[in-house]
Amino acid sequence: MDLAALANCLTSASCIVTQTTSGLIIGLLLFLVAAGVSLIFGVLKVVNFAHGSFYMLGAYFAYTAFQLSGNYLVAVLAGGIGVAIFGLLFERLLMSRVYGSPVLMQLLVCYGVILILDDVVKIVWGASFLSFGMPETFQTLPILFAGGVVPVFYLFLIVATLVIGAILGLVITKTRYGKIVRAAAVNPNMVSALGLNTSLIYASVFVIGGLLAGLAGGLAAPVRSLVSGMGTSVVIESFIVTVIGGMGSVAGALVGSLLIGLVRSFGTIGFPLFTEGLMFLMMAVVLIVKPSGLFGKDGG
Amino acid sequence: MLKSSLLRDCIIALVAFAIIAALPSIFPSKGLTDFMVRLAAFAIFATSLNILVGYGGMESFGHGLFFGLGCYSFGLIMQNFPFVTIPGAFALTIVLSMVVGALVGAICVRLNETYFAFLTLAFQMLLHSLIIAWTPITGGDQGLTGGIPRPAFLGIRLDDHYHLYLFSAGLMIACLLAMYHLVQSPFGYTLRIIRDNASRAVFLGIDVFRMRLLAFVIAGAFGAVGGIIMSLFVSGAFPDFAYWTISGEAIFMIMLGGITVFFGPLVGAIMLLLLNDVVTKLTSHYGLVLGTIILLFALGLRKGLLDFIKDWTVDRRHGQASASARSAARAATTAAPAAAPARASGE
Repeated sequence: MDLAALANCLTSASCIVTQTTSGLIIGLLLFLVAAGVSLIFGVLKVVNFAHGSFYMLGAYFAYTAFQLSGNYLVAVLAGGIGVAIFGLLFERLLMSRVYGSPVLMQLLVCYGVILILDDVVKIVWGASFLSFGMPETFQTLPILFAGGVVPVFYLFLIVATLVIGAILGLVITKTRYGKIVRAAAVNPNMVSALGLNTSLIYASVFVIGGLLAGLAGGLAAPVRSLVSGMGTSVVIESFIVTVIGGMGSVAGALVGSLLIGLVRSFGTIGFPLFTEGLMFLMMAVVLIVKPSGLFGKDGG
Repeated sequence: MLKSSLLRDCIIALVAFAIIAALPSIFPSKGLTDFMVRLAAFAIFATSLNILVGYGGMESFGHGLFFGLGCYSFGLIMQNFPFVTIPGAFALTIVLSMVVGALVGAICVRLNETYFAFLTLAFQMLLHSLIIAWTPITGGDQGLTGGIPRPAFLGIRLDDHYHLYLFSAGLMIACLLAMYHLVQSPFGYTLRIIRDNASRAVFLGIDVFRMRLLAFVIAGAFGAVGGIIMSLFVSGAFPDFAYWTISGEAIFMIMLGGITVFFGPLVGAIMLLLLNDVVTKLTSHYGLVLGTIILLFALGLRKGLLDFIKDWTVDRRHGQASASARSAARAATTAAPAAAPARASGE
């Protein structure tokens, strides 16, 4: 515990700016992953434990695409689209076979996939840490704001994730597809009785979840080290986020992610050893007080 | 009838113990004794989880809470209070785990399905974070080092390999016997009723909350025994023993071995430990091989090994008629999640 350091930081504008931007980055990238977890749970009532591996694959796909093309935008898109395709295969070949099974059987399938992917990544890309390197466009002097240092790339990340989140929100709330997805979340039998192909909807939800996680991995690659197993902490955090925000709620995922991001960035100053504990404490409190989460609809 | 079955099972248990006790003199190898001690820890731990999952229908992701608690509580008591004997520390640890089980359980068992799973996980990770953060007491991420003193008691010297082997095997057999009779008792059948239909159990006058809580406390106490054996084996305690992966391992053991047969978790523990040892010895691509085997099980058998064998023998005995009845029953169990809101409102 170092509450004096935390108090020090909270009284200095520069420290607040630096920590808040880094908290926003952590939170918004987490949001892209957690939104996918939340969406998949909302529609299919399946907890996708392998979602962290989606994120990892996105980062590695982006890494290779960046090596080949040298274009960061292409790299991020390659991460997103590559993982979207992987999500489709994962759903069709594996998860769709255990939809009726107990949660623990689904967990087992996901765990098998996690083990395999972590090893495949080691075989293809090597076991040591890989560094993506900052794209040239963003190798400029950081912006100084109220005495705090804000790298330009961070601003780009904030804008990019917010744009992706806004598009996701519009698709879910305004389009015909979004209506069908929301209907399938409430009553899949009725949707199917109305002549809509529910298998296609389920697969598409995994594609969107994969796309989001892949984009998050690609976007995060320049500011994270790439290593096999990097998805584990992300998937655990995105579960905390979905529980806090309410499973199935994209807006809840956004609020939960920002909360976790800020707790992580300020927590590392105040209580570096108990940051994770604080996140789980928040999750426990939400589950005890309002199991359906801050933005959940029905009571647990 | 209960008495005679208890007598019969005690005799079987004694025979099993005698066979295990004789094994090292036939195959003298440290690998065997080490395997037995690890197996004892995980067999007790996984079977205790299956009281919740298989019999109570409570899918806990955080059972490792008790494994870690057992490890650290036992290790800390033995290190800090030299006058406490091993049975004393053992008893204190069990009492502590039951108190923690009652507190955590009182909060968790009200929730259903996914929420129960995540809340138990949260409590387990809180213990893990506490262990990491409370460095002066727990040693932080280094774990409890410096060894755990193992003074002799009743002529048992646990610093001796063979003695630890016998002690662990005896404890495993005793715990499995106790749990076997627990799930065959009226309490065990009450748990099955709650698992199958909680609102019907309420109509029958069963206090569902209290029964679930009792199951949680008992399973936690046995889980702590697994942790104690592990801390004796490694002569220490490490934060990994309280990490979520330890709960994950127990879940894979019961899913591999089977959740509808009492000895499923034991078989699962043997399978996973053997797989771990063999795969790490044969190949460096541990994850690839183990992951593929897990997928083959999950997608091929779709149930644990003993579940599969049980269904298969039932099919053969009763032919096609019972098979269709069973698939109907299976459809009913898969429909169970849909009945969950009804269950919650019934409480």
